[in-house]
Amino acid sequence: MPHKPPTQEELERRKIVGIHEETITDVSSSDYPHTYPGEDHSWDIESFKRNFRIEFHQNDPFEASFSLIGCDASIANAFRRIMIADIPTLAIETVFINNNTSVIQDEVLAHRLGLIPFKGGKEGLHKFLKWWRKPEDESQINNSYYDFNTVSLRLEVKCEHNEKAAAGETDPTKLYKHAHVYARDIEFCPVGRQEKYFSGDNAIAPVNPDILIAKLRPGQEISLSMHMHKGVGSDHAKFSPVATASYRLMPVIKIERPILGKDAEKFAKCFPKGVIGLEKVTKQEAAREGSGYEGHAGEVKAVVVDPMRDTVSRECLRHAEFKDKVKLGRRRDHFIFLVESTGQWESDAIFLEAVAHLKKKAQDLEKQVINMVR
Amino acid sequence: MPRAKSKKEEPVEAGSDVAMEEAPPSHQPESRDDMSVDQDENGDAEDVEDEEMDEDEEEEEVQRVRLLPGSTPTAASFEFLNEGHTLGNALRYVIMKNPDVEFCAYAIPHPSEAKMNVRIQTFEGTTAIQALEKGLRDLQELCDVVSDKFIDARERFAASGSS
Repeated sequence: MPHKPPTQEELERRKIVGIHEETITDVSSSDYPHTYPGEDHSWDIESFKRNFRIEFHQNDPFEASFSLIGCDASIANAFRRIMIADIPTLAIETVFINNNTSVIQDEVLAHRLGLIPFKGGKEGLHKFLKWWRKPEDESQINNSYYDFNTVSLRLEVKCEHNEKAAAGETDPTKLYKHAHVYARDIEFCPVGRQEKYFSGDNAIAPVNPDILIAKLRPGQEISLSMHMHKGVGSDHAKFSPVATASYRLMPVIKIERPILGKDAEKFAKCFPKGVIGLEKVTKQEAAREGSGYEGHAGEVKAVVVDPMRDTVSRECLRHAEFKDKVKLGRRRDHFIFLVESTGQWESDAIFLEAVAHLKKKAQDLEKQVINMVR
Repeated sequence: MPRAKSKKEEPVEAGSDVAMEEAPPSHQPESRDDMSVDQDENGDAEDVEDEEMDEDEEEEEVQRVRLLPGSTPTAASFEFLNEGHTLGNALRYVIMKNPDVEFCAYAIPHPSEAKMNVRIQTFEGTTAIQALEKGLRDLQELCDVVSDKFIDARERFAASGSS
C-alpha cells in the first residue's frame, strides 16, 4: 500500500516542541531517513537550499540578531560554539612589569589588562597578524617575536599631587593627577609593517577607552610593557570575540478557541508587552458558524501579534479560564541568534567567520580521512 | 608478512614464473607482485622510498583521524584528535541524513582527553569510510549555502533599513 505524503499541517506539527504546564514533548528532531515509512529525508543540498532561510532582525557592529530557519540544532549549535571558542582575536597575553607600586597586585593587574578588548585595522588583524608560538627551546623566546605575530603596548602612569586643586577639595581625581588609570592610557608601540596596517583610525586601541584599570595615590606608579598575541576563546575567554553568542527557539502560541472580553485582557497580561494584541471581533467573524465568535461582534478578542518577543513563561497555562484554549510550543528549526561583539570584529562578520571555520574544519578532516585510508 | 616470504622463495624457484599464472589469485595487491617478479631490487627500493615520503608528510601535518581496531568495512569507529562537540554533533547529523547509514553516533569518552569518537554502521553497498567522507563533503556544501544565504539576508536587511 503506498504511503500518503505528509500534509503541510503534519510537517508543521512535527517541527513544534510542545510546552505544557509541567512537561515538554517532541524535543528531538525526527527528520532522518527510515523514520517515516515512504518518506525520504536523506541529505539533499537542493532541498536544503530551498527550505533554509535567514532573516535579519538587527545588524549593528556591537550587536546582531538574525534567525536561521530550516536547519538542525546540531548545525546551529556548531556555529554558536565556534563563535565563542574558535574565532581568533588579539589580546594582551604577556605583561612585563617594570614597576608597580599601586595597591593592585602584579598578577591581578596583568589579568585585568588581559581582559580589555582591543580594536584595530581589520586587514591587519585578520590577514597580516599570524599566530605566535612559544619556541620549544625557551632560550630562543626573544627570537620569536616579529611584527606579524606580536603587538607591543606600554602603560606608564605616575600619580602626583595637583597643585592647582582648590583648597578643601575631596575628589581624588581633582586632588591628584592620574588618580585613575584608564584603558585609554595604554600606548600602542608599532614596529615594522605594523605602521602600515595600524595607523590613524586603524591603530590598536582599547574598544572602550573608559575601562578603569587601577586607582593610584600620590607617589604610586605603574610602569609596564605588554605583548599582544592572537588566540582563541577555547584557550582563554579573553580571546573570545563575542560577549555573548546565543540562540533561542522561536516561540509558538496557538489560540485554539476564542478568548474574549476581560479574559482577553488578562490573557495579554500573561505575556510580555507586544506579544498578544486585542482586536474587535468583526461582523463577518461573528456571522461565521462554528467560529466560536457567534454573537460576540464588537467584543475584544486576543490575537497573537509577535510571538518572537515571548519568553514562554507558561503563565497563561496556570489559569483555569484559558484551559484548552491555548497551546504553547517552540519551533525546533527556527533559531533566533543574538551575537554581541566585543568590538574587534563586526558582529555579523563573526558569524560568517564561524561558517567559514566549520567548512575549513570539514575540509581538513576530509583530507585527513583520505590520508588515513591511503 | 606473506609478501616477504614469497620474495625469499623467488630466487630458489627460478622457473616458477609460469606456474604463478596458474596459481590461485593472491591476496597481495597485483601490481606489487608484478613489480617484484621482474625487478625485485628496484621494486624494493621504491617501496622504501614511498614509506619515507609518507612519514615526511605525516610529520608536516599530524594525522588526527584514526580507524579504531575491531572495525569491518560496514561498521567502523573513528578517533578524531582535537575535535569536540562542535564538529562531532554536526558531523553525526549529516551522516545520519545519509540513507545508506544504519547507525551513527559520536562520543567524547573522557573530557580531559581531547578525543572524539565517531561510530558509523552502514548497510551493504557502501562503507563506513565512504559515509564519513560523504558526511564531511555534505557539511562543506551546507556551509556554502549558509554563507551565501547570510550575505543575501544581510544585504536585503541593509536595503530595507535605508529605504
